Amino acid sequence: MALTKQVFDTVIVGGGGSGLRAALQLAEAGYRVAVFSKVFPTRSHTVAAQGGIGASLGNMQEDNWLWHMYDTIKGSDYLGDQDAIEYMCRKAAEVVYELEHFGMPFDRNPDGTIYQRPFGGHSQNFGEKPVQRACAAADRTGHAMLHTLYQRNVRARCQFFIEWMALDLIRDSEGAVVGIVAMEMETGQVVVFQSKSVVLATGGAGRIYRSSTNAYINTGDGMGMAARAGIPLEDMEFWQFHPTGVAGAGVLITEGVRGEGGILLNSQGERFMERYAPTMKDLASRDVVSRAMDQEIKEGRGVGPEKDHVLLKLDHLGPDVINKRLPGIREIAIKFAHVDPIKEPIPVVPTCHYQMGGIPTNYYGQVVVPKNGNPNSIVPGLYAIGECACVSVHGANRLGTNSLLDLLVFGKSAGDHLVEWLKTNPQHRDLPKDAGDFSLSRLARIDGSTSGESVHEVGAEIRRTVQNHAGVFRTDALLSEGVEKIKEVAERVQRTHVKDKSKVFNTARIEALELENLIVVAQATLVSADARKESRGAHARDDFKERDDKNWLKHSLWYLEQNRMDYKPVNLKPLTVESFEPKVRVY
Amino acid sequence: MTLDKIRLERIIWRSRRGLLEMDLILERFLSKHLNSLSEEELLVYDNFLLLSDNEFLDLVMERAEPQELAELHLLQKIRNS
Repeated sequence: MALTKQVFDTVIVGGGGSGLRAALQLAEAGYRVAVFSKVFPTRSHTVAAQGGIGASLGNMQEDNWLWHMYDTIKGSDYLGDQDAIEYMCRKAAEVVYELEHFGMPFDRNPDGTIYQRPFGGHSQNFGEKPVQRACAAADRTGHAMLHTLYQRNVRARCQFFIEWMALDLIRDSEGAVVGIVAMEMETGQVVVFQSKSVVLATGGAGRIYRSSTNAYINTGDGMGMAARAGIPLEDMEFWQFHPTGVAGAGVLITEGVRGEGGILLNSQGERFMERYAPTMKDLASRDVVSRAMDQEIKEGRGVGPEKDHVLLKLDHLGPDVINKRLPGIREIAIKFAHVDPIKEPIPVVPTCHYQMGGIPTNYYGQVVVPKNGNPNSIVPGLYAIGECACVSVHGANRLGTNSLLDLLVFGKSAGDHLVEWLKTNPQHRDLPKDAGDFSLSRLARIDGSTSGESVHEVGAEIRRTVQNHAGVFRTDALLSEGVEKIKEVAERVQRTHVKDKSKVFNTARIEALELENLIVVAQATLVSADARKESRGAHARDDFKERDDKNWLKHSLWYLEQNRMDYKPVNLKPLTVESFEPKVRVY
Repeated sequence: MTLDKIRLERIIWRSRRGLLEMDLILERFLSKHLNSLSEEELLVYDNFLLLSDNEFLDLVMERAEPQELAELHLLQKIRNS
């Protein structure tokens, strides 16, 4: 079947922070850029980022990029690539000032400079004392950033394809990426977009967890596209959790609640944190609290009919403290947990928040894969940026405020690299004859189904399996059982049934396509986590409690084909400074 | 396919937001009320969907109030879902 074809210099899949930042470089350089987004760009999940952008501007206290680099490497539990981390930290001030010039409404100091707030993990002089490094726009930094970048792109006449879903990458016989296949939701029309290069900027896939802070759109579409095209996914065992998400909903309850005296209770009414952290108790660090909660639940002391959460009690603080010092918490609890925290405790559970792994790239955003003995061989024409990419600057654990910084720095560097690359690669490569056939066959499977399970049922099974088997606290038995279970679920994904066969704005069909991306990420997560026999950063195992640099100071690579693992070395060599050798991580 | 169905599907899709809070609230609202909304309410809802996530969330969480009475009526349904 002959599909309609459109031609661009570059196609960007995803209209969040990183996609918009890259698009801007290309559009302003005069290239024909198309940005694809499932939703209106300013409703991308970047909008949820509250905290700020880390940059060593030194507006509050003395600061420099080398200290930021040290904090990032230490935070990553030494799994981050030090060349990329140096690049990011050195570029941070530049991308923040650029955003300022674009009109971003940063909070200000009385002298007019950008105000910077404190944030966990940011230090002066290599861990000596805290430093204020986060540049913010109230608690709506992501929102302001997204709107600023969108306006700027409209001005640069970037072309948007809104409410389009990208389906697959097109690679030629030499492995070069020569375009994508995408579907317009309004009409159901499938179109081939031929381009000299493709940038994946589709965000994270936190929806593989049952308890997740991620919006529903975060289904890992770019990772599904990459994996189906034979590209491995890197370090997918590393997911960051927040201890107190509302059970069953995922909405975050700020750490301030415990700061003000809120306590965690198990089914027996016991303040269990006294056992796990006798000194800090409920105020211990995020990962310690999350693991303790998870262990209580796994040992049968969870609350509720499924014993799947614990309770956050704050009624003893009294209505005055709750209303005055914790504004908004009461309304969030009532709205999302259906309890009034002045009278009752809030059901909470450790909640998936951020994906450290993703599509392997270098710091220009170029996708790199092992080939002929080179662990980082470039895939011609393919780039990945933002949460869907693994540069890797976050390693095994992301430092707060580095997610927005990552979007800006690598969005821009990919855009800049492409501007140069397009000069030396001015021709479109030929499309393979069968371009589009693979996507059409996937659609035909969904359209031809006559019976089978619903997409919702199988989706729930993915979320349950990942939550139960690759949660905060991991054991050998849980992981190996999870690997088998998710394999079965993957087969069920291929047998789903969509009743509605219409092509025009059929949301059920779109969700079936998203499910095929979610299962890829879920499998990558479980298989990678099962294989890594150590504890590092966000990956905590009870059978291998320590970090093992001798055997595991390396990046995981998971391939969809054969569901297999490979590994590549961590780059411990920065661009210009001395290497930071792995040390025990103590805060 | 009827025009009405396309319209409803579009509304369902545009109720997918950047903020999880809004996803949850609108999912509950749609499952309760989508099939019984009047033409006027649908038009008001279409306009709500054009808001940014944070503007919409402020309205739902009663941190802001709408201008029009028709908006307030529909908003009450969303708030109480």
